[in-house]
Amino acid sequence: MRLTALVVAALCWLAPMPTLAQEAARIVQENRDQIVKPSRQTIGPVITALAASGDPMADDILSAWEAKRLVIRKSDEALFLALPEGDGFALTALDGTPAGTAVKADLTELKPNAGVRGLIATALVQFTLSDPDPVKRQEALTSIAQDPTAEALEPLRAAIASEADPAMKAQKERLERLLTLRFDPASEARVAAIDSFGADLGLDLRAALNPLVVTTRVASATPPDGNVAGELRLGTDIPEDEAYALLVAANLAPARLTLEEQRAALLANLSGGMVGGVPVAELDTQAARDRAYTALEASGAVPVAATDDEAKAALATAKFYEVYAEPDPAVTSAAQAALGRIGTKVGVMQTADLGLDALSLASIYFLAAIGLAITFGVMGVINMAHGEFITIGAYTGYVVQLFVPDYTLSILIALPLAFAITFGGGVAMERLVIRHLYKRPLETLLATFGISIALQQILKNVFGTQARPLTSPAWLDGAWVLNDVVSISYIRIAIFVLALIFLGFFLYLMKRTRLGLEVRAVTQNPAMAASMGINPDRINMLTFGLGSGIAGIAGVAIGLFAKVTSELGTDYIVQSFMTVVVGGVGSIWGTLAGATMIGGFQKVIEFFNPSNTLAAQTYMILFIILFIQFRPRGIIALRGRAAGD
Amino acid sequence: MTLLQPRHRSALIFIACLAVFTIAVTIAAHFGLVSTSFVKTLGKTLCLCLAALAMDLIWGYAGILSLGHMAFFALGGYMIGMWLMYARTEEIVVASLLNGGLPATPEEISQGIATQIFGVVGASDLPAIWSFAYSLPLQLALVVAVPGLLALVFGWLAFRSRVTGVYLSILTQAMTLALALYLFQNDSGLRGNNGLSGLQNLPGVTASQDAVSLWFFWASAAALAVAYLTLHAIVSGKFGSVIRAIRDDEARVRFLGYSVEGYKLFVFTLTAVICALAGALYYPQAGIINPAELAPIASIYLAVWVAIGGRGRLYGAVIGAAIVSLLSSWFTGGRVPSIPLGFATINWVDWWLVLLGLTFVCVTLFAPKGIGGLFDRFAGVLTPDRKGAPLGPDDGSLMEQEAQK
Repeated sequence: MRLTALVVAALCWLAPMPTLAQEAARIVQENRDQIVKPSRQTIGPVITALAASGDPMADDILSAWEAKRLVIRKSDEALFLALPEGDGFALTALDGTPAGTAVKADLTELKPNAGVRGLIATALVQFTLSDPDPVKRQEALTSIAQDPTAEALEPLRAAIASEADPAMKAQKERLERLLTLRFDPASEARVAAIDSFGADLGLDLRAALNPLVVTTRVASATPPDGNVAGELRLGTDIPEDEAYALLVAANLAPARLTLEEQRAALLANLSGGMVGGVPVAELDTQAARDRAYTALEASGAVPVAATDDEAKAALATAKFYEVYAEPDPAVTSAAQAALGRIGTKVGVMQTADLGLDALSLASIYFLAAIGLAITFGVMGVINMAHGEFITIGAYTGYVVQLFVPDYTLSILIALPLAFAITFGGGVAMERLVIRHLYKRPLETLLATFGISIALQQILKNVFGTQARPLTSPAWLDGAWVLNDVVSISYIRIAIFVLALIFLGFFLYLMKRTRLGLEVRAVTQNPAMAASMGINPDRINMLTFGLGSGIAGIAGVAIGLFAKVTSELGTDYIVQSFMTVVVGGVGSIWGTLAGATMIGGFQKVIEFFNPSNTLAAQTYMILFIILFIQFRPRGIIALRGRAAGD
Repeated sequence: MTLLQPRHRSALIFIACLAVFTIAVTIAAHFGLVSTSFVKTLGKTLCLCLAALAMDLIWGYAGILSLGHMAFFALGGYMIGMWLMYARTEEIVVASLLNGGLPATPEEISQGIATQIFGVVGASDLPAIWSFAYSLPLQLALVVAVPGLLALVFGWLAFRSRVTGVYLSILTQAMTLALALYLFQNDSGLRGNNGLSGLQNLPGVTASQDAVSLWFFWASAAALAVAYLTLHAIVSGKFGSVIRAIRDDEARVRFLGYSVEGYKLFVFTLTAVICALAGALYYPQAGIINPAELAPIASIYLAVWVAIGGRGRLYGAVIGAAIVSLLSSWFTGGRVPSIPLGFATINWVDWWLVLLGLTFVCVTLFAPKGIGGLFDRFAGVLTPDRKGAPLGPDDGSLMEQEAQK
């Protein structure tokens, strides 16, 4: 008994297979007339039946039909799938069995028109969406996502249940909801689909929602038909020029007269030194020209056109409305609500992104300024050539990459090498020039400026004026993407980390080492430090070298994302000094605070006026000038003896 | 006969030299011995000397190293340039509208001017700051008023909060950088990085450029002479003593009851106005002005000229500006023969800045008095040669060798 049941069950399972295999052929045979001479209006059910037959051959038949490879053999009027082979065609019967070959003369191709082919293509989407090959399924999804159509909705729904891959299933479901909210005939389904997204941040969702809330503006005496978004108030919601253009478009008012047209019309009607009764010599004011034109209008010589007064009168009586292109009010209000939710969330995310940007800019400024925090902040020496040390660091990286092709290795070599070179440069500069000028700070500024222009010109002569490449290793390419709004490139994270390392290094050096102690002693009172057995000359030399060396390392880091030219450092020098001064001279925490404030402030201004980074820098500098009014000693001012004077 | 006192001698000699130079150039130009462009170069150099005079007053005498005075210079140029460009464009627009058959309306003229001037930056309306550009007297007043007010406000803010020394230098540098960045924008109303051009064409003047360049040369020389005498009068009187005292010890002057901030603000504003006038004379000769003229580097060059010429003496500033700027245009003009070194060639167009930078370092280190120091040497005024190590911790302490005498 049980065995019989099993056999029956097995038969039931197996039985449909052969029938299914014939199913497509059967549908084709039954609807043969329609298939041979298809019409877009009536062929729909046949294609749907074929697509729904479950027969594996249906896919082949439909694609052959679409590609004009479904043929009739003239000898027996039977339908075959044809594939070009040699001079003729290889034929396949509708049930999938090979059926020999034939030459072109023996065959009649079925040529469905474009409308029918479109229907077939839509039906085929379902097969691609259920294709066993995941790559093909993905391609089909991507193509639907890029070019969503109402026709893709049904096949997509049909293809969800059979999807085995969970990731792709989720993708299909998301796409289905995106299509539903745009194309589903039922209003409730669309609203449900819109609401199901909540405050999703995906760009695809916003791309789907935005067309729903597109409006057109119309001028109309009575409220227009359709889904009206609201009435527009003249002047506040809609500028007068635009409103008048709407009136003209709706044939509610004559076109406004432009000055050029008026001039041309007057010239055309010039006769005997008079236009419309006004002598030409008097036409040097707008009022006289208007008078002449009105006279011409009255005589019918020129078309009636609105002058300013007439235009104002027409505008005063007209009403302007904003009308949704989407006719369904429920959908538009749901879409507006969804966009509002998304807008709020995007705002929050943009703030977070702005914070990240500001942090990264702050770490760049900090990096550029930390060398100055030592030479200027601790020693009080103005070094205008600091920017050139940054440039030298960046060029060191470039030269190392000429010899070491591996980017990771070359950066690892370049960092200490840049330190060594700029340390040497700094020590030489201190010994040769700055040492003699410790009591004349203004002249230090000028002398180091002389060094700066000389160094910059030498670098320009050696490396040329065009930007040199300093390539970052591949593992620093790309960005850390949190969502469609918040992302930060790895190189900026690396610079942030580098800035943190330098901060730690500086703190350790100044507070925990013998050198730091001696530096602080020499800074506060050189004579007393010398009495205690510290050699101030040596300490000054080392400190200055250290500050310059750090500038070199910063140069390598900055060169990774900025253009390496001889003017690289110049771009940062004023900002760096500002960072140190705003933060408070002599305090590394001040420099950090200054960099954070300047970086953050600049990003905030850029956010309000993104197209104009020049304005951002201008306002930032103005802000700094004002800031110094209120805190002349910077954010973190040293107190007591450490403050010096 | 007070003019013949020894302390006025340098001013008399300077004026005499300037007069001889002006007459010589005029005669040479009359006989075609110097080209028009060289007359322009000399005229521009005189304007730079005028700016250097102002720099010397504020830095050499008052001890305020301003790194932003070329901003006032350029602002003066912009102000006069606005009128030059407006008036010149107006002539062209009116002439072209006259050919159109109808007499032009005021609206058409202003529209035409706006399109002509601002077409390059994609605008067609005159910005509000051009409201006075139609009138030469108003715009001339702005030459003085705009830089003067800017200097007054900036100086008041800076001196009030006791920003001194290198901090003030950096702050003034930031000011000129901010101004330059602002003017670089297309919507600043001054044609962005295109700047103002065609300024060498004087509206309503049909004389040739030969004549015009001489007029400007004379005007520059006259302005330099007047400014020199004025500044000489200022620095040789009591006012000069007070600002020199502020330079040497600000706190002490304040304790003596002088309003240090007031003196500083006056000097800052006065020098800004002098710079603006120099700029207003300079840019019609240069023919073009753009925001690059406000770059911080320009103001630093001003300091370089004064330092090389010799701070704290008016003729030093003039000599420094004249020599360095003429040498600079000679070297960068490509007329100086290159020096072959075998392995490389020193092309002065490329290496002039290196030479200038290193010269400047050497002057700062070894000749703080600059070229003016040579005159001291002729006059027998020598600085005591204080060699050796100081005996005490303070700046004024005796040196070892002095103590041994």
